[in-house]
Amino acid sequence: MKYYSYYPGCSAEATATPLGLSVLPVARALDIDLVELEDWNCCGSTPYNSVNKLEAGAMAARNLALAEKTGLDLVTPCSNCYVVLTSVNTHLKELPDFREKVNEALAAGNLTYDGGVKVRHLAEVLYTDITPEGISSKVTNPLEGLKVASYYGCQLVRPNGFDDPESPHSLDELVASLGAEAVPWELKARCCGSSLIMPEPNVALGLINKLLKNAQERGAQCLVTPCPLCQINLDAYQSQVNSKFNTSYNLPVLFVTQLIGVALGIPAKELALSKNIVSPMGVLAPYL
Amino acid sequence: MAETMVEAPAVKTSFVDEVCSVPGGEAIRSCIQCGMCTGSCPTANNWDYQPRRVIAMVRAGFREELLSSNSMWFCASCYTCTVRCPRDIKPADIMHALEVLAVRSGLSTKQSRTPVMYQCFVDSARGNGRVYELGMMIKLFLKTNPFAAIKLAPVGLGLFLHGRLPLRPTRIKGMKELKAIMDKAKKLGGAK
Repeated sequence: MKYYSYYPGCSAEATATPLGLSVLPVARALDIDLVELEDWNCCGSTPYNSVNKLEAGAMAARNLALAEKTGLDLVTPCSNCYVVLTSVNTHLKELPDFREKVNEALAAGNLTYDGGVKVRHLAEVLYTDITPEGISSKVTNPLEGLKVASYYGCQLVRPNGFDDPESPHSLDELVASLGAEAVPWELKARCCGSSLIMPEPNVALGLINKLLKNAQERGAQCLVTPCPLCQINLDAYQSQVNSKFNTSYNLPVLFVTQLIGVALGIPAKELALSKNIVSPMGVLAPYL
Repeated sequence: MAETMVEAPAVKTSFVDEVCSVPGGEAIRSCIQCGMCTGSCPTANNWDYQPRRVIAMVRAGFREELLSSNSMWFCASCYTCTVRCPRDIKPADIMHALEVLAVRSGLSTKQSRTPVMYQCFVDSARGNGRVYELGMMIKLFLKTNPFAAIKLAPVGLGLFLHGRLPLRPTRIKGMKELKAIMDKAKKLGGAK
């Protein structure tokens, strides 16, 4: 059994519910004990860091301070939480004035942070600690014949990810460890527009269209991603892309934990497969 | 001639220093204007001034023009520029630093809805300790363009029907402590 402090992130409880729900049974099946960080708060995300650095730093640091008490690595399944917590953690190490002020703020909440937490992405834990071989050994329903486009998005691999920032391979290896075929495609780590989907939908929809087009042209039957925002953009907004660009995509977009869960024989209900907007039940039927 | 040469550097220095003082903005002086950032940016076509020019404008002291532009608000934080930059200046972090300065100086553009969305997000995170996505979206559309919400209504409905848009926010137990931390951070002022 491997132990981690677990930071779900806000979206895992709302728009990315299928992620939040599927993480738990998959972790259990892989002997990962994710101990949820007691009373965690929002990491501040990119928006807070684009409004006020000190307040954003204090907000993220409350989580780091709480995690430090556990003595465990802090693991999040959200790529944005991962980048933000990592970035604040780095600034706290490298900028003494920033560290001093953030700790002064934390003291008002009876907390202190000494910089001792390692922030990690769940996908990295799966790849590095559990390993594709370790996962493969527990597969009961090999996904033979399933063509999957691994979509890394941005913040899993940039700016400081564990994989190649331009041409990553870790998710492809995880997909292959399940018996599925990871189709090669060019845009696997290009941007989906992230939160611009709300304020600037036309820009984001254009980027999403490019991704779906490329994945489909390369023969993918579905996409798989670890990132909540990428999943929402490609899944929930797929119908908007279809209306805007006169396309007819019907590509399910699974969270990586959902796909792993299917191969491990975890029931569809526990993996929240019915909560995906573009239903994956058709392409997954042979394996359920 | 001599007079302008004496005055101009003072203006230039202060804007660069201002950007350098925000965490993430420190390395801007190392830029060699190669344009890798602009060439790598997936949204650059929409920017009033594209990434390379943004950096040049900071160093040339065009504070008001830049902080009131839509440029940095189109950064989707994909960090492609950042991993490709040969001088390691972290262009995406510089864009975030410019957003901070635009907000701080009240110059944020009205031409982009992004500044409003960011503020709605911050209010939501501070209010409950966790972001309440539905509340944030509703507030954004009410503050910007309620009619745009009609176009996105099917997306919201789809998420709701799939149990992905809770109608109530989640509030952390330690709100009192979080509020004390955040109030103190606010009191300590701009991060340097």
